[in-house]
Amino acid sequence: MLNTLLVPVLVIGLAGFLCGLLLAIAARFLHVFEDPRIEKVTSLLPGANCGGCGYAGCADYARAIVEKGAPPNLCRPCSAAGARDIAALLGVEAKAAEKMVALVLCNGGDVRSRRSFLYNGLAECVSADMLSGGGKTCRYGCLGYGNCARVCPVGAIQTGAHNLAVVDPGRCISCGLCVKACPRNLIRLVPASHSVHILCRNRDRGVMTRKACDVGCIACQKCVKAATGQGLHMEGNLAVVDYTLPLSPELVGVCPQKTIHQRPAGPLP
Amino acid sequence: MAKYLLLVLGAVLVNNFVLSRFLGICPFLGVSKQLSTALGMSGAVIFVMTLGSGVTWGIQHAILDPLGVGYLQTLVFILIIAAFVQFVELVLKKSAPTLHKALGIFLPLITTNCAVLGVAVLNIQLKLNLLESMLFGFGGAAGFGLALVIFAGIREKLDRANPPRPFQGTALALVTAGLLSLAFMGFANLVKS
Repeated sequence: MLNTLLVPVLVIGLAGFLCGLLLAIAARFLHVFEDPRIEKVTSLLPGANCGGCGYAGCADYARAIVEKGAPPNLCRPCSAAGARDIAALLGVEAKAAEKMVALVLCNGGDVRSRRSFLYNGLAECVSADMLSGGGKTCRYGCLGYGNCARVCPVGAIQTGAHNLAVVDPGRCISCGLCVKACPRNLIRLVPASHSVHILCRNRDRGVMTRKACDVGCIACQKCVKAATGQGLHMEGNLAVVDYTLPLSPELVGVCPQKTIHQRPAGPLP
Repeated sequence: MAKYLLLVLGAVLVNNFVLSRFLGICPFLGVSKQLSTALGMSGAVIFVMTLGSGVTWGIQHAILDPLGVGYLQTLVFILIIAAFVQFVELVLKKSAPTLHKALGIFLPLITTNCAVLGVAVLNIQLKLNLLESMLFGFGGAAGFGLALVIFAGIREKLDRANPPRPFQGTALALVTAGLLSLAFMGFANLVKS
């Protein structure tokens, strides 16, 4: 009677004890030294794991800061004070990162651009783009099925009534997820201080562009001529803003197609 | 040779651990939302089940049977597998950081997974020898991985399809799992056991 009770208790107890002992010894011999600062830096980061810094999450970025000397100001959701705290912890100097916001380079919502057929597939940009451009005549413009809005961790993007994605710069944390989500590469991160933008990516000739959209760049080059020496140049049939140079707000009036916009300058339709 | 091949093939297709033995359903539903995590999980399961089969076979034949306490199998196996996985994790962290990075977060998750315990118990029940046990463990885990990857692929597509609200998430996942299980029944007579 006693044996039937004692044997299993002893066997399990002994097995557990041996396993524990083995693990304890193993933990001692196989210990991998980790810099305690990694944990501290991780706790200073926001923990959103948005990947905007280019690393696989906050912990990975913290490791890169401590071990590989990555700059502590890559975290966009962090405030400048956050970057300073991290820098102070490591004894390096923090340079403030310029605040960036995402911008959708298309202004051709349903009222301004045309559709060539009725797309009835999945309400999702990648699928629509693969199926002959999802019915949108412009091969470059915003499809408006909101893949960017769905990946946005802070809900800063809305597709609105006219099937056109618009980013709210006040909410944007410039994590860059929407940039990757857009199958037409329409979204880019631009400096928040830069207010003049060309909201078009259409590289077709002017005639074609005009057929597809009321507000597309038709490559008339009026803006480029008016803005000599400023950050504006032609890339094929498309005027492109160089965000490293300043741009005068007067250009908004120069564009006959109303492609150039100043932002923030009131809500977009 | 043909015997071993049939053993592995049988574990992968005919008696698939997830789809016909219904073992390891929790990770099957839990980590099948993304193909990349499903692949990581499959790798970790293959790793643990193959080695775990060997270790538990040794424990059973070297310790439990001579002591006449074979009935403590389940308890001892859980203990051994859990400790063993922790140990492997420590070793990997020290000697193979890249492998640890790929499998790392999945290893602790599957310490007490029913598929891992199931294969250990089945090895003893089917009276397999050490090599057969490890092959069976590998086959079972590969079958688990196959089911998981197929399932994750289907779920990724289904999520895009915008299903009706009552079906979203777990409901549709369970329906899909059922259909997948039915599909695998087609393999039933592939290997005569």
